[in-house]
Amino acid sequence: MEWFRIKRDIPFMRYALIFNVISLVTFLIAVGSLAFRGLNLGVDFTGGTVMEVAYAQAAELGKIRESMARLGFTDASVQNFGTSRDVLIRLPLKQGVSSAKLSEQVMQELRKDDARVEMRRVEFVGPQVGRELLENGALALLFVSLGIVAYLAFRFEWKFGVATIIANLHDTVIIVGCFSIFQWEFSLPVLAAVLAILGYSVNESVVVFDRVREVFRNRRMRSLTVPQIIDHAITATMSRTIITHGCTQLMVCSMLVFGGETLFYFALALTIGILFGIYSSVLVASPIVMWLGVSREDLARPEAQKKPGETGAVV
Amino acid sequence: MNRYSFWQYLLIAATLVLGLLYTVPNFFGEVPAVQVQPHRAALKADAALMGRVEDILRKGSLAPTGVVLDATSVKARFPDTDAQLKAKDLLQSQLGEDYVVALNLLSNSPRWLATIGALPMYLGLDLRGGVHFLMQVDMKAAIAKKVEATLNDVRGNLREKRIQYTGIAREGQAIVVRFRDAAMREKGLQEISRTLPDLELKTAEDGSEFRIVATLKPEAQKKTQEFSLQQNITTLRNRINELGVAEPIIQQQGADRVVVQLPGVQDTAKAKDILGRTATLEVRMVDDDATNNPAVIQAALAGQVPFGDELYLERGGAPVLVRRQVVLTGDRINDAQPGFDNQTGEPAVHINLDGTGARIFHQVTRENVGKRMAILLFEKGKGEVVTAPVIRSEIPGGRVQISGRMTTQEAHDVALLLRAGALAAPMEIIEERTVGPSLGAENIRIGFHSTWYGFAAISVYMIVYYALFGVISIVALTANVLFLVALLSMLQATLTLPGMAGIALTIGMAIDANVLINERIREELRNGNTPQAAIHAGYDRAWGTILDSNLTTLIAGVFLFLLGSGPVKGFAVVLCLGILTSQFSAVMVSRAMVNLYYGSRRRLEKVSIGQVWRPQANRGAGA
Repeated sequence: MEWFRIKRDIPFMRYALIFNVISLVTFLIAVGSLAFRGLNLGVDFTGGTVMEVAYAQAAELGKIRESMARLGFTDASVQNFGTSRDVLIRLPLKQGVSSAKLSEQVMQELRKDDARVEMRRVEFVGPQVGRELLENGALALLFVSLGIVAYLAFRFEWKFGVATIIANLHDTVIIVGCFSIFQWEFSLPVLAAVLAILGYSVNESVVVFDRVREVFRNRRMRSLTVPQIIDHAITATMSRTIITHGCTQLMVCSMLVFGGETLFYFALALTIGILFGIYSSVLVASPIVMWLGVSREDLARPEAQKKPGETGAVV
Repeated sequence: MNRYSFWQYLLIAATLVLGLLYTVPNFFGEVPAVQVQPHRAALKADAALMGRVEDILRKGSLAPTGVVLDATSVKARFPDTDAQLKAKDLLQSQLGEDYVVALNLLSNSPRWLATIGALPMYLGLDLRGGVHFLMQVDMKAAIAKKVEATLNDVRGNLREKRIQYTGIAREGQAIVVRFRDAAMREKGLQEISRTLPDLELKTAEDGSEFRIVATLKPEAQKKTQEFSLQQNITTLRNRINELGVAEPIIQQQGADRVVVQLPGVQDTAKAKDILGRTATLEVRMVDDDATNNPAVIQAALAGQVPFGDELYLERGGAPVLVRRQVVLTGDRINDAQPGFDNQTGEPAVHINLDGTGARIFHQVTRENVGKRMAILLFEKGKGEVVTAPVIRSEIPGGRVQISGRMTTQEAHDVALLLRAGALAAPMEIIEERTVGPSLGAENIRIGFHSTWYGFAAISVYMIVYYALFGVISIVALTANVLFLVALLSMLQATLTLPGMAGIALTIGMAIDANVLINERIREELRNGNTPQAAIHAGYDRAWGTILDSNLTTLIAGVFLFLLGSGPVKGFAVVLCLGILTSQFSAVMVSRAMVNLYYGSRRRLEKVSIGQVWRPQANRGAGA
């Protein structure tokens, strides 16, 4: 089987401007949403209590809300979680109420209505812990970005590093933007997914740039212009890019379908990341490199004395 | 050119066998067990204890499927949880207070695997159910307590040397001593600096008053904080032992935090209650004259407590006026056991004091024969007079018995609290994660299913698209999972749901390396290279690219690990290890298979890598 029967290089760079405009627009929408709607931060970051309880039959959310109101939580969020029998209760932080007692109180109150209610999970995060998790998350994002730029600068050239990180941060912003637009809960696992995607989709740029470098160093391809070389590199690696992402996406889909509510948003973040990753790291990063003015000299230097094994089999 | 030497094959085979050996224990599952652990250092888990446990179980007609003895405990396996629960109750009642009897799960893997160190991974709380607490130690309170104790030392030293001062008090974190004249202050200054080197001393004058302001030196403060944290961890460990939890985790996190993880604990209310207790014991003298005067008592109940006294209620409800000055605190208690009074037969608590405590107690009882002494228990900030007996004679040797209006259960509880000791500083739960057992089981299923179905889908795709090379890629991918799980088992890592997601994601990402290689080989074939040359070039060229792409993911993984907490850390560990193992399995293991299969053939016409499409002329494709 062969899916990619491409006769000649696809002139991606001719449409570079269009790709970047599309990117810019989606990016601005994401930023706009983040600025105006903000994120629906999970309990990990805001602090507060989340409880998951299970009933033997379909739960009556109204009654549960009344119970919460009796405890003084009029602003508690009560919703079904996965099935109609599972309920997720979110309680905000309350000054002076000890966490230790809170979950017990809630369970006692719920048992009054239905003795068979079962406690499945409690998560309490104090205010300072939430702030720390948020700070550490932001720090992780910063360090991962810097680390990747440094690595690519060392391995290739600073232009590649900068282009890659712009493309991938734009991915990150779009994932986070989606969570903002749809007001999906942004939790610690989602943050982990975002960072993993940052590391992962850099791969694409690496693979393409690797090819770019190879072509630059290939004597037989001296006649090609920079956009032509980039086009060639993208076309040559396209099948691999799509197959690899397809495989990773198969796995992520499996998590999306079978992972239940717990892994759903984690898998969702990965899905968005993978889809945008293909696009941005190839079609956003490459034009940026081009515009940053990458040249044969940038990459050819270390390979001035050619190794005997490299005869340049690539056409 | 596509050949590995014998030792290369041998190395790869050896790693595969090792991987298999260390992965296998995870598939044997776990059986319910009861773990018996001596509670005090004097008692040992030995053959005698094992015999006793077996004996008790035989008499109770609860046949265990196996009893093993290890360094710290005796563990008995049971066929089902029902027998396990019954056995726990039976053992607890028969062995009594000296042993911790806890429910546990033991790996069902054969013993020879355990002897080579092949043990299953720990299951995290989200997979097996349990409680996770992050507790913050109130360091300000710890320092305040230390300052208070030091203040007593200063007072004692000055009195001993007959250095007259007009007042001594704690003001915030400082001790302020007032003197009438500079000469006396100078003497005081010398005395304090000689006896208490931990204090930083400053002098100040205010009108006719000469003061010494003493604060703890920064090193001393640091030492106090470290000590408080250690003391709290020890105390928590003692308390958790009383709860009967198998394999609790109690660890320091950062400078002022403690992580407590109790796997399998269902009764979270009780756990929080026991952890949150701050019971301290104090021995003080009763102000007999005031207590026996009804008018003074009435005034005290109305709020006018005589100077230097405090009002507490006895267990029966009778008010008692107790001196503020503390004779002894709970820190001096070595051991406390419930029992019965020798003469009256009432329930009682027998206390054993340490050397200093015994000496102080001896001295105080000698000087106060005929007077009453109160034993106060402070729990959750409220004090109560447990008992206030009359001192009939001096009590040497540090053996004290408390009795009076207690039930057997109360005696038991008081003994437990005293033994578990006091916290050096108050603690607060700042993070809690509790997972019920049913959710834990469901999470395992979820994690396993999503990994398995994803893996199956990738396998089908790869084999259809790349034919034999697809099969080889999938075998390499399986080897990758094998290495990853083996490595995690060797490190005795804790597997959590994010960790399982990490395994799934690693599988999805690791296939990248094989796709890269396979695509490259196809490309080389397309360009008209011979199959052998194509295979060689494919693997050779792909290596660098794979390394590059893995390293960027590794950068993300490392920072996730460094900055992440709890579940994210687990994910990061799996991600990092998975990348490292994939570099080996995707390249070396798959290459070994290709070499083995194709490497020895001189005239290789085609390779089974699916259809290779050539744009120029269709000169026949490798099928």
